[in-house]
Amino acid sequence: MSCMNNKYILQIKNLSVSFTQYEKGLRKIDLKVIRNLNVSVGEGELVAVVGSSGSGKSLLAHAILGILPQNCDAEGNIWFEDELLSPKRIEELRGKKIVLVPQSVTYLDPLEKVGRQVRKEQNEENVHKKQEELFDFYKLSPNTADLYPFELSGGMARRVLLTTAMMESPRLIIADEPTPGLHLEAAKKAMSHFREFADKGNGVLLITHDVELALEVADRIAVFYAGTTVEEAPVSDFQSVDTLRHPYTKALWRALPQNGFHPFPGKQPYAKDMPNGCPFGPRCSQLTPECEGSIQEQLIRFGRVRCIHAK
Amino acid sequence: MLEAKGISFGYKKGINILDQFQIRIESHERVGIVAPSGFGKTTLCQILSGYIKPASGQVLLDGEDLHRIQGYCPVQMIWQHPEKAVNPRLRMKSIIEEGDQIEERIIDGLGIERDWLNRFPGELSGGEMQRFCIARALGKRTKFLIADEISTMLDLITQSQIWNFLLAEVTERKIGLIVVTHSHSLMERIATRQVVLDTRI
Amino acid sequence: MNNTGSVTVLQKYPRKRLNQRSQTLMALAFGSIFLVAITVIGTMVGDIAITTNFTQKNFLPQMAHPFGTDWLGRDMLARTLKGMSISIYIGLFASVISAVIAGILGAAAATLGKKVDAVITWFIDLVMGIPHLLLLILISYAIGRGTFGVVVAVAISHWPVLTRIIRGEILQLKESNYIKIAGKLGQSKMKIIVKHMIPHVFPQFLVGLVLLFPHAILHEAALTFLGFGLPPEQPGIGIILSESMKYLSLGMWWLALFPGMVLMTAVLLFDLVGGSLRKMIDPHSAQE
Repeated sequence: MSCMNNKYILQIKNLSVSFTQYEKGLRKIDLKVIRNLNVSVGEGELVAVVGSSGSGKSLLAHAILGILPQNCDAEGNIWFEDELLSPKRIEELRGKKIVLVPQSVTYLDPLEKVGRQVRKEQNEENVHKKQEELFDFYKLSPNTADLYPFELSGGMARRVLLTTAMMESPRLIIADEPTPGLHLEAAKKAMSHFREFADKGNGVLLITHDVELALEVADRIAVFYAGTTVEEAPVSDFQSVDTLRHPYTKALWRALPQNGFHPFPGKQPYAKDMPNGCPFGPRCSQLTPECEGSIQEQLIRFGRVRCIHAK
Repeated sequence: MLEAKGISFGYKKGINILDQFQIRIESHERVGIVAPSGFGKTTLCQILSGYIKPASGQVLLDGEDLHRIQGYCPVQMIWQHPEKAVNPRLRMKSIIEEGDQIEERIIDGLGIERDWLNRFPGELSGGEMQRFCIARALGKRTKFLIADEISTMLDLITQSQIWNFLLAEVTERKIGLIVVTHSHSLMERIATRQVVLDTRI
Repeated sequence: MNNTGSVTVLQKYPRKRLNQRSQTLMALAFGSIFLVAITVIGTMVGDIAITTNFTQKNFLPQMAHPFGTDWLGRDMLARTLKGMSISIYIGLFASVISAVIAGILGAAAATLGKKVDAVITWFIDLVMGIPHLLLLILISYAIGRGTFGVVVAVAISHWPVLTRIIRGEILQLKESNYIKIAGKLGQSKMKIIVKHMIPHVFPQFLVGLVLLFPHAILHEAALTFLGFGLPPEQPGIGIILSESMKYLSLGMWWLALFPGMVLMTAVLLFDLVGGSLRKMIDPHSAQE
């Protein structure tokens, strides 16, 4: 489902995040981990941001939620339902209209019963009622509320995290690697709740390293490479390598075990020695001098791509 | 030949996650172990490579009890999380030196760049570190290799780089391979035989 | 689309002129220099500290005698520095002994099997279960007062905390994957200890040692103050304080105030040095 005509819930333009870090003793360096990133989520859409772990894609989630580590600088335009967000507004929306479903149970307080945590320590009757409804909806038995996080199985914990997120009737869920190490079937099952949520006209931004999972559940896929999204394409484009636009996406496609398992030489550049222009340049077979200039995003066949040679 | 006979093991009393488990692996085989999460795949890997002693049963390498082998263990395991498998205080050079005479060919084949050798683990990404862990396990005396979700957190391209080299290497050196992965397509690609774990009561 | 062309600043890292790491390093340097200075000067002013001058007794703090003089006309600044340096020497001696005990027992508990561990853990609980000062008094009294008694008492009573830390560290280390892997790669026990264990435990040991200092000094002073510690010929800071008590009622407040403040400063400085050292070594806070 492509939703070019629908309303956007989330639009991010030119997001950049840089880190200040110590290197050898007292020398400080600025690492630009995310550079000019664009991504959008429409109503009813589940969009996956796919990139290798440790490449800084979790920072994208943290930037949208305004929970970046203190030693970060961040800038960029974020629109939520057509409203350009200020840092203050992000803080107001966080946990209410925009919620995070984190990686694991370690985000739950181990010393507090699950029910109380889901209710965020509120005791009003309607809060209780909502929590019970949600538990029922996600097939958690009522006595789950009296358990401590360590007593939950992996699947239950994921559903508890989900109910926590749903308490405030959000419009946008940001799911950061929500199914680590799960079998595709189990992961798809876990993702079905996100699908349901999106189908009601809401938005989900799924951040994952798992291309196969993204291909199964997402409507659109944004490919994250060296701190930016090099391509944003409808999932149907991934059926064949010819409908893809960016050389990196094509390389990813060919590296899938079922598509030939072809290795691709080279590695992602580090944030501290990023090449000029296109970050994929040094590994690209189509490299030309123009690639070292600034690369504008272009719109090709309902998808966006950051490559001047893309057709 | 690596053989496990009547392996039982449990972390809690009375609950065995492995019960009377049997497996035989020849050195030309690539065996995939399939089971949902929480069914003790990692535990089985650790038993087969001698890290954990099973409550009952034996692991035999060419007829010899694996737990009796002193010194270098010919069954080497590669762990899921490379960052826990290396000492953060050592340079990669001395980490790889712990392996059994690792050949330059292996280091190059896994795409390890020479200047990574002088770095500390914290200065490398997970994928880069995992290449070292794989290289370290491919010592001269390695006869069996156990790969427990070794490419779970890696991107597709790194995954195919690593696996393509690893498959060529084990085939050439006749190293038996045991693979755990949650990706069906990867399993299809790698394993010559699949074993389903369903021992949980 | 509502593209404004400008970019919203979402977060700005409040850069401090001095970063955290430099601050820690400065604190470390400042604390160390100050303490070394006290010790060195204290050792050198030995003669002035015992020179009596009856024409200048019971002076209030003034230019020539910033800390005043006592009832025998001795300069209180010199006495305080001398006393402090004696206390530091004793603290140093006692904490080194204590740390060595901790190192040996901690390593033994973690490596020599369950029985040894049980015995050592029992001793840790025993020593930690008795109120510190009471234990100090008992030991010092049993051995006979004086410098030797104080050193032994402080050393014997201060090892448990560090022992626990070292035991815990080694136990945790033994369970870490990379050490288990090293074993499977055929590395000998000795090699694992030298290559993996010692480089990990030693910095913690060093920090523990420095953090033992303030305790040792404070307890030495307390013991001496109560009359169970150093003899009057060894005028540690505890002696100075306990002697000055007699003159407090005569309104000679400076006799207790300045030495007390110097003691407190020294203790806090040692704590600062130890804390900074830990911050520098600990990888979790190294990036802060």
